[in-house]
Amino acid sequence: MVQDNGKEQTLALKLRVWRQRRGQPGAFEEHSLAAVPTSASFLEMMDMLNEQLIKAGKDTFAFDHDCREGICGMCSMTINGMPHGPIPGVTTCQLHMRNFRDGETITVEPWRARAFPVLKDLAVDRSGFDKVIQSGGFITVRTGSAPEANNIPVPKPIADEAMDAAECIGCGACVASCKNGSAMLFVGAKINHLNILPQGQAERDRRTLSMVKTMDEAGFGNCTNYGECQAHCPKSITLDVIAKLNRDYLRARVKEFFSSTGKPSKGGD
Amino acid sequence: MALTGLVLAGFVLGHMTGNLLMFKGPEAINAYAAWLHANKGLLWGARTVLIISTFAHIWVGIQLALENRAARDGGPAADATRRATIASRTMPYSGVVILGFAIFHLLHFTFKAVALGDVSFGDDVYKMVIAGFSSKPVAYFYIISMLLLCLHLSHGVSSVFQTLGLRNERWRSRLDVLALAYAWIIALGFISIPLAVLTGCLK
Repeated sequence: MVQDNGKEQTLALKLRVWRQRRGQPGAFEEHSLAAVPTSASFLEMMDMLNEQLIKAGKDTFAFDHDCREGICGMCSMTINGMPHGPIPGVTTCQLHMRNFRDGETITVEPWRARAFPVLKDLAVDRSGFDKVIQSGGFITVRTGSAPEANNIPVPKPIADEAMDAAECIGCGACVASCKNGSAMLFVGAKINHLNILPQGQAERDRRTLSMVKTMDEAGFGNCTNYGECQAHCPKSITLDVIAKLNRDYLRARVKEFFSSTGKPSKGGD
Repeated sequence: MALTGLVLAGFVLGHMTGNLLMFKGPEAINAYAAWLHANKGLLWGARTVLIISTFAHIWVGIQLALENRAARDGGPAADATRRATIASRTMPYSGVVILGFAIFHLLHFTFKAVALGDVSFGDDVYKMVIAGFSSKPVAYFYIISMLLLCLHLSHGVSSVFQTLGLRNERWRSRLDVLALAYAWIIALGFISIPLAVLTGCLK
C-alpha cells in the first residue's frame, strides 16, 4: 500500500499471463516485473511488461484498450479470476496498482466464454454483442438535422432510468463473470434503455424478441440468477434490467401469440 | 423453470401441511388419506399437473445445465465468486438428489414396493409412516433430502419472481428472505415427522 514518504512506492510482481493464438490451445506464461509504480493503472503495468518483452526481443501480449478513462468498454482482462479485477465498479484501465501487494502473483486471463473466442492472448472477439445490437439495439428515426429537443416529452424518472441502463459500456464483463456465460445483463441494459423511452416504443416488442433470439444464437448461456454479473459490472448495472427484460419478453411473446391477422378465420363467420 | 417450479413449490406446501396431521393422531391422517383417495377427480387432476410439471422441470433443467456449461467454456483458471450463493451454484445437484428421493419416496409410500420390517398395515397410513421411519437409513435419507429441498427452494422461489419480471433491487433482498423462510418452513415441517418417530414422540 502507498506510504507518504515523499517517494512513490513500487511493486515487484509475478505475472501469469495467458498466451494464445487464434484457434489454438493457450497456456499461461510467467513473467517477473519490477519497479511498477503504485500509481500506474493496470494497463500501464501491462505496457511495462510489453516494453520489457520488446527489449528482450520477445512477442508482446495482445490486449484490448482504447480510451483508458473507463468509458469505452474496450479493456477486457480477467484479473485473479475477476473481470476488471478486484475493485467493484471500475474498468481495468481505472484499476490502479496500489490495489496489489508487493511480491504478489497476478493471474491475467482473457474473458472466458464460448461466445467470446480468443483472437490473441488477452484480446477476444466480442462481435456477438455487435450482432445483438444490430438485431434491435437502435431506434428508427429520420436522420439529418437535429430534432426539436422538446418535441417528445420524456418524464424525468423515465429519463433517469434509461440513463442508468445506458451506462452499460458493452465491455462483456457480465458474460465473463457469469458462470453460465450469459449476456442477460448486457441485453437487459440495452432493452431497458430503449424500451422505456418514447422514441423506442415503435420497435419495442420486435426489438425485445429479436435481441433475445440473436443472443441465444450467438452462443451465450441462460440466466440462473447467480448475480455475479451485477457484482462485476464496472458500471454497477443491477439485476433489475434482467427482471425487466424478462417482463418485456413475456409481454412481447404473449402479444405475438395473440396478434391479429386482420382477416376472419377460415370456416368462421 | 419458473412456472413448473412454482407448481412444485406449491405442491410441497400442500403435502407438508397434510403430513402434519400425523401429530393429530391416526384418525386424522387416515381420514385425510381416505378423503384424498375418495376424490378421484381431484387426486388424478393434481397428479397429472404434478407429473407434467415434474418432467418439464427436469427436461428444462437438463437443457439449461448443458447449454450453460457449453457457454461458459471452462471459465477462468483462477475462479473468483463474489455473490453467487451456494444454493444457486448447486441447483442441478440438489435437484438430482431430490429427484432420487422422490422416486424412492413414491416406491416406498405410494406403490409400497419397498418392504421394510412389518408391512401388514393395509390402508393404515399412520402405521405405514411409523414403520417407514423406524428404519434409520430411511429417516436419515428423508431428513437429508428435505434439507437439500430447503437449499433448492431458497434459490428457486426467489428466482421465480425474477423470471416473471416481478423483482427489483429493493425487493430482491426481501424476496430472498421470504424464499428462505418458505424453504425452512417446508423443510422443518417435513423433517418434524421422521424426527418425532426417531425420538419416539410418534408411536
